[in-house]
Amino acid sequence: MAWYVGRRFLQLIPVFLGATLLIYAMVFLLPGDPILALGGDRGISDALAERLRERYNLDEPFLVQYLLYLKGIFSLDFGITFSGEEVIDVMKRVFPVTFQLAVMALLFEGIFGIGFGLIAGLRKGKLFDSTALVLSLIVIAVPTFVIGFVLQFVVGVKLGWLPPTVGSNVNFKTLLMPAIVLGAVSFAYVLRLTRTSVAENLSADYVRTATAKGVSRSRVINVHVLRNSLIPVVTFLGADLGSLMAGAIITEGIFNINGVGGTLYRAIIQGQAPTVVSLTTVLVIVYILSNLLVDLLYAVLDPRIRYA
Amino acid sequence: MPETPTRPDQQHFFAQLDETPVGVVDSVDESAAPASVWKDAWHQLRRRPMFWIASVLIALIVIVAVFPQWFTSVDPRACDLANSSLPPSAGHPFGFNFQGCDIYARTIYGARPSVTVGVLTTLVVVLIGALVGAIAGFYGKWFDSLLSRVTDIFFAIPFVLAAIVIMSVLYDQRGILTVVIVLGVFGWPQIARITRGSVLSVKNSDFVTAAKALGASRASTLMRHIMPNSAAPIIVYATVALGTFIVAEATLSFLGIGLPQSVVSWGGDISDAQRRLRANPVELFYPAAALALTVLSFIMMGDVVRDALDPKARKR
Amino acid sequence: MSHPTHEPIVDATGAVHAPHGSAPLLQVRDLQVEFMTNTGPVQAVRGANLTVYPGQSVAIVGESGSGKSTTAHAVIDLLPGTGKVTGGSIVFDGQDITHASAKQMVDVRGKQIGLVPQDPMSNLNPVWKIGFQVKEALRANGIATGKEADKRVAELLAEAGLPDAERRANQYPHEFSGGMRQRALIAIGLAARPKLLIADEPTSALDVTVQRVILDHLEGLTQQLGTAVLFITHDLGLAAERAEHLVVMYRGQVVESGPSRKILADPQHPYTQRLVSAAPSLASRRIQSAKERGVESTELLAATGGEGARRSDEVVKVENLTKVFQIRGGRPGQTTEFKAVDDVSFSIKRGTTMALVGESGSGKSTVANVVLNLLDPTEGKVYFDGTDLSTLDSKELFAFRRRVQPIFQNPYGSLDPMYSIYRTIEEPLRVHKVGDRKSRENRVRELLDMVALPASTMRRFPAELSGGQRQRIAIARALALEPEVIVCDEAVSALDVLVQAQILTLLNDLQAELGLSYLFITHDLAVVRQIADEVCVMKTGQVVEAATTDEVFDNPRQPYTRELLAAIPGARLEVFGEGIEDLPA
Repeated sequence: MAWYVGRRFLQLIPVFLGATLLIYAMVFLLPGDPILALGGDRGISDALAERLRERYNLDEPFLVQYLLYLKGIFSLDFGITFSGEEVIDVMKRVFPVTFQLAVMALLFEGIFGIGFGLIAGLRKGKLFDSTALVLSLIVIAVPTFVIGFVLQFVVGVKLGWLPPTVGSNVNFKTLLMPAIVLGAVSFAYVLRLTRTSVAENLSADYVRTATAKGVSRSRVINVHVLRNSLIPVVTFLGADLGSLMAGAIITEGIFNINGVGGTLYRAIIQGQAPTVVSLTTVLVIVYILSNLLVDLLYAVLDPRIRYA
Repeated sequence: MPETPTRPDQQHFFAQLDETPVGVVDSVDESAAPASVWKDAWHQLRRRPMFWIASVLIALIVIVAVFPQWFTSVDPRACDLANSSLPPSAGHPFGFNFQGCDIYARTIYGARPSVTVGVLTTLVVVLIGALVGAIAGFYGKWFDSLLSRVTDIFFAIPFVLAAIVIMSVLYDQRGILTVVIVLGVFGWPQIARITRGSVLSVKNSDFVTAAKALGASRASTLMRHIMPNSAAPIIVYATVALGTFIVAEATLSFLGIGLPQSVVSWGGDISDAQRRLRANPVELFYPAAALALTVLSFIMMGDVVRDALDPKARKR
Repeated sequence: MSHPTHEPIVDATGAVHAPHGSAPLLQVRDLQVEFMTNTGPVQAVRGANLTVYPGQSVAIVGESGSGKSTTAHAVIDLLPGTGKVTGGSIVFDGQDITHASAKQMVDVRGKQIGLVPQDPMSNLNPVWKIGFQVKEALRANGIATGKEADKRVAELLAEAGLPDAERRANQYPHEFSGGMRQRALIAIGLAARPKLLIADEPTSALDVTVQRVILDHLEGLTQQLGTAVLFITHDLGLAAERAEHLVVMYRGQVVESGPSRKILADPQHPYTQRLVSAAPSLASRRIQSAKERGVESTELLAATGGEGARRSDEVVKVENLTKVFQIRGGRPGQTTEFKAVDDVSFSIKRGTTMALVGESGSGKSTVANVVLNLLDPTEGKVYFDGTDLSTLDSKELFAFRRRVQPIFQNPYGSLDPMYSIYRTIEEPLRVHKVGDRKSRENRVRELLDMVALPASTMRRFPAELSGGQRQRIAIARALALEPEVIVCDEAVSALDVLVQAQILTLLNDLQAELGLSYLFITHDLAVVRQIADEVCVMKTGQVVEAATTDEVFDNPRQPYTRELLAAIPGARLEVFGEGIEDLPA
């Protein structure tokens, strides 16, 4: 087990280096002066351009720039934003919001996805199953931003059940609708994954053996079918935490949430390359760590991995 | 074994021969029509209504994308502020948007960029991914290790996030080709992984070993035996991916960093419409519905094709 | 359907009593089972009758698809998928359970009727500890809970023959070998002390020696507990050895049933007769097709190899072969060496069959792959017709491939599912650029005829053919290039008995006709007797005994060989020997 975790952790290092290098290269190596492009159509002051140039060591060779940038990351120095604010301060402000949103979305897709998926899997081919399948396809097909606007308009504006935007008022009630929108597509995937997994395990030999022991049906489903079906589902959910935080970029834009996504959204619109790189890097770190978490979860859930 | 007297109900019994005629051992049924894997899949597909719905929709969408002028004679770019937000009228079944453009014409013409991006990106991704995955899986060793690490790196960056970042940098070069390249660059690792796994599982089959023992070359074994048998998951993934690439393009256009304003696209129109959602929800509805329907038809197709090609389902 | 037995008497309370002696424990009458398929309902069991008395062992024998497992599963209401009992009755312990409610069946399962399933690899839930899975059986049937249950679990596992049971109970299934898992499954099946145990091919996935030990143990245990056992098996020898009453099923019907010895000695139904004569475990000699045709093997040799004198008599010679694999461990830098083959030497005489016999892990398949030149030996040499294989350049290797061809075990994996039968058989000809299209098509026809398949087969695809038919296609493909040596790696192990006999006869005829030499890899000594001239017995990479087939069977020198021989199901039966006269008529 310790070796498994250790090996997983070691494998993350080249992935982390490669991914950050890729992002850095994407932003700073592509054609055009990133600093001049920063201001977009409005342009930026010479003084700020000079300051940023110095901050990102743009006069140095590219690899040196990257290494200096990496060094900055390890001392939690992520650079400065357009307005001169330290990026780390911005992060301290926005990350908790996005994290709360992502966790709520995760809970939503986990609870409802697994619940409906289980029912559909147990009733494969019946009405509930086919309805759930078609609905899940529709949810996957409709882009997140459309679901967002429609829900915002119908539930938030027309019906007035939930506040249509969040703004500075961050709490469970305001985040509920954004979380559902954020988790909608993954919810559909969780449902389908659970359904397939349950239907497959239902005909597994060990399930028949358990039934032959005289174990009641409900216990067979809970202890054998569901428990085993959860392995791929939980793995999916773990990896999804990272994607949800990245995916929040659209949802937060729609619902005016001052989270990572909203900040990143504005930074992109305004063309603030350094801020984009820094926030993206952190998201990548979160993503990599959530994948590590998945590996650990996998080992916990599946004894065959644990002792490998 | 102890000799016990025969008990009731357990006397020596044998069925009359005419009740259970004994057939020839392992006889061949010569009446049935031969069925290849593809023919079999076709027989499965033919019975699924979802397959026909998806087929008709895809065919329709492709025709609209190729020949938009067949469906409307109105120029989607000919906008007149005098028509701003007008309700439907003769010749303009969906009405007008805020800019005074015909919504129906824009919805029709929006199909082309979406379908083009979807199809081209899928082609790029399948070509790169299948090639890299097949070589990694088949030849293994250092190439495999290298590829797996590269794939991990690309995986560490969420797809949409990467596309957003890179498109925002390439703001001035926005266009269909740029979107295709960006989505392609970040889309291929997934298909490479699928192909690699599929090739690995086929590689050790007895029929591949048999081909090797015949003296067939490695390259011909890969092309003639392994790739055809690995194709099913690639086809399924590519069909579904086509839909997701269309969503990705729409998302980028929605954010204003995908296709330029000069291109009529669903994503761009949705972005414009959402600002006036409260005043004129119809403006959002049509491009959004067209987009969703397009994506849905490809995902549905992927779903039924998966069922038809599933080896587990094939074993009766 | 007339049944030549006494009808059971049903009394006023509905309980069923047999006319004499103790009442039957299980009575299946005219059982009908149907499965719904895409093309309509299919009858899997048609009017099956079956009676089991308390403490008695009964076996259902049949090939795959005969309905034997379906009948057993119908008894405990565990029919898979769309299966349904559509007629007849199942009476257990005086109670009609044919249409018992789901709740009633939960009470019957485990407590009244236990099940030992077929495949030990897939029948234990991989995510729960063995102890937990045994305890579940105790708790579900209200036998024991808590601490007491833990103690009982250890007792049960120990009783099933698992050493160090208390520690083992805390392990997961993947830490168990196949035999140990099967013991755990036996412990589960017997946990609630059922009156009847259904043993569905309980050991067919295990090595023969393990199989025997476990069956012996199961037999002792059930006798001691007075449990009746219903065996489901494809092996007539095993059934006759383990059960006193046999039920032979064919195409969903019971074609013959009666006392085991009587059926073996005097089978009445043509199918049973076929089965008895084909059962490899009961056969006593090599299939002698060549000699039956009146062709002496020396004549054959002369006929096929005109220049036989110049050719080496030993077509394949393996010298001091050793193959070491590097196994990567879970920890970085941790690799262990695994010696799969250890200093093996043997040779195959032209026109004869050499059998390599061993259990899983004995290294026999590795030897096959080295002889096929698919693996390079770590040490030692393989000579083919006098030439050292390691000295071949790529052109010579290509030529060598024509002369040695393989046939593999799994009939489902050895043919490319995307290729039509024509393409499959034509492939070797195309690769070696033999003839033009027309002549190749004629050759494919000829080859299909050789393996006794109609020419129309060539338009078909592997998925449409049965296992035996696919294996015949594989033989045709191997023969396409007129090889001298064919390596059969467990080529008949996955087939039903009758089909197996058919393929063996085919191989034997082909050998006589074409002067082929076979390297026959198998775990099954019974098959060896039918086909091989010489035998090498392998154990953990080494050859422990090498001799002619007759010598090995009549006069085995090594204890391991004797153990293998004794493990052949039915080996202890003397039905065809002198014992037969002792039976009452």
